[in-house]
Amino acid sequence: MAQAVVSYPGGVAGSAPAPAMERPDFQVVPRAGLPIVAAVLVAVIVAIAVNELWPLMFLHVVGGAAWTVIDLFLGFVLGPIIGRLSIPARVEFTTKLMPKMVLIMPTAVTVTLAAGWQLAAHMGTVDSGYHLHGWIVASYIVVGIMAVIALGLLEPANIAVLVEMKKPRPNPEVIERLMKRFIYSAGATGLMQVATFVIMTHLATG
Amino acid sequence: MSERRLPPVTQLGMLSLALIVAAVIYLSAHLPHHVSLGPAIALLAASALLLAGNVLALARTRGFAWARFIEVARWALLAYSIIAGMIEYVFLRNHTSGGPLIVMTLSLLVFALTVPVLIGFTVARYVEEDAASADVASADVASA
Repeated sequence: MAQAVVSYPGGVAGSAPAPAMERPDFQVVPRAGLPIVAAVLVAVIVAIAVNELWPLMFLHVVGGAAWTVIDLFLGFVLGPIIGRLSIPARVEFTTKLMPKMVLIMPTAVTVTLAAGWQLAAHMGTVDSGYHLHGWIVASYIVVGIMAVIALGLLEPANIAVLVEMKKPRPNPEVIERLMKRFIYSAGATGLMQVATFVIMTHLATG
Repeated sequence: MSERRLPPVTQLGMLSLALIVAAVIYLSAHLPHHVSLGPAIALLAASALLLAGNVLALARTRGFAWARFIEVARWALLAYSIIAGMIEYVFLRNHTSGGPLIVMTLSLLVFALTVPVLIGFTVARYVEEDAASADVASADVASA
């Protein structure tokens, strides 16, 4: 496997060069995962086209569960752990985790939203005459805020940290800054997911 | 880490996204009944203006790593066009038509353009100045 070098702070201009460390090669977008993503998106399109309750419910619940659990786990469990790892361990973990996130998160979000809208249309809950319409609109607002955070902060940080790590000599300060942004954004969306739990359980119980 | 002065692309991009999301929520909250398109059009126009302003501000930034920006943004554009296309498909499947469909489609277009700008900018801003100059030079050579 190809290796590259990451240098760490400690070396300043004019002094001895910073110590260097090997980091494994990786793909920013793991090509092996693309057929899986394509298959999932085709499944969503088919589910929307046939408009049957079970496939729509399945995709919405599975996509939503993945989105929610990943946000919460990243923000509140993995984030603090990554922060306490040694730098080599953090680099190795990041090169393994972040490429997968590039594919998983947008796919989970797209599946949840597309299947969810069709499911709501199928069940009649998108109709503004629905008796819990206020709760439905609240869910749009929560999802909207999460989307702005995820698309504006989290996803760009995810891609940027991987591109930085691909460089022959990545800048550890840039990686540190982008990783913090990624973890804090995931934590913020994780908190918003608690609101999603409240809304969705309320809607499910009528 | 030395910081170059760059326009507030991320902040403006997030505001642009927030306006688009507000437009889509406004329309979605009233479906399938008749809805006044005025507020949604105003939000869409403001969002599109912010997007255009963002790109213009970047275009005026000296030494910005355009080659890296385009390299990343084009793939992001492909990915987010697919996502926007799927959302558009759901609305079409549910017989959204007329004015609401046009506003939704334009909103999704602005969404599909804004996210790649944000991703491309976040990557390109950390290209070192020497590399950015080389980027500009190679882009000049390519366009010559």
